[in-house]
Amino acid sequence: MAILQALALLLAFQLIGEAIVFALGLPVPGPVFGMVLLLGAVALRRDLLERLKPTTGTLLSHLSLLFVPAGVGVMVHGARLAAEGVAIVIAIVVSTVLALAATALTVKALLRDDEPPR
Amino acid sequence: MSPVADVWVYLAASPLLWLTLTLAAYIAAFALYERSRFNPLVNPVAISVAAIVAILAFTRTPYATYFEGAQFVHFLLGPATVALAVPLYEQMPKLRRAWFALTVGLAVGVVVAMVSALLIAWLLGASNATIASLAAKSVTTPVAMGISEKIGGIPSLTAVVVVLTGIAAAALGRFVFDALGVTSHAVRGFAIGLAGHGQGVARAFIVSDEAGAFAGLAMGLTALATALIAPWLAPWVIALLR
Repeated sequence: MAILQALALLLAFQLIGEAIVFALGLPVPGPVFGMVLLLGAVALRRDLLERLKPTTGTLLSHLSLLFVPAGVGVMVHGARLAAEGVAIVIAIVVSTVLALAATALTVKALLRDDEPPR
Repeated sequence: MSPVADVWVYLAASPLLWLTLTLAAYIAAFALYERSRFNPLVNPVAISVAAIVAILAFTRTPYATYFEGAQFVHFLLGPATVALAVPLYEQMPKLRRAWFALTVGLAVGVVVAMVSALLIAWLLGASNATIASLAAKSVTTPVAMGISEKIGGIPSLTAVVVVLTGIAAAALGRFVFDALGVTSHAVRGFAIGLAGHGQGVARAFIVSDEAGAFAGLAMGLTALATALIAPWLAPWVIALLR
């Protein structure tokens, strides 16, 4: 039952998130809004955390699996990839390395200033 | 038709076969990943996708048929995003202390991830639709597809681009951070979650819970920030390049 309850709770929060985002025309993705709402709920009721933890742990430990179906969609784009595949892959790899480096260096530099002098 | 062919025709049309194949391919790929002691270059998504595409091509199965089964896995992306609230809550004290650095890092990272992809694709002569499909590459799949559609990209191509970006971030993160001397798990997690969305988060959780929580936070904020700025920044950059 614990898994069912946790799953129902996650789906309910996603549903509420999607509904609010749709109703108010917010640019925020529904599941992300649902995550923020659940964060608030957990802060108000600590017992939720222990009940959710086993299920969310399982779900998050195999998060990569959830990207496989979309990845297989690569087969639909054979023609475009034959023509532009090199440009696409180089753009992805180089800009991903740049984003990793820019983010890490920015946060690192600012955190160091933040730390109290010892 | 032979009995074997009969059974094949029956099963190939049902979602059950392709759902099972998706799980089996991932379990096998994950076993390899485990065996390599979680070497980031042995990426389980890349291996599973390659294996499944090979099987679908060999059996001449269209993607739409495959997706009828695989959609049950795809669907879980939503609840999994909501589930990130749990590790996030557990890291709250640390997040609160670092909010300023994380906010600035988010702004810098989101703009670099988007603009650099557009620029490089343009330099290499990619078409307009392809360039637009790259703008939301660091955002988790369902959100990225929505953004892509808004700015003249091809949503199904964006879904693939997002997965490839996740593979790149998960595979290369360690080497980039080591080369730059970034050691803190919080900083590494935040950067890999920003650049590599859910796959970056998955990679970060393998390293530590702290890295995972910061990656989850970055993934949520990146989706939010990109959804807010891509619809005006990306068309502007693309128009500038023409």
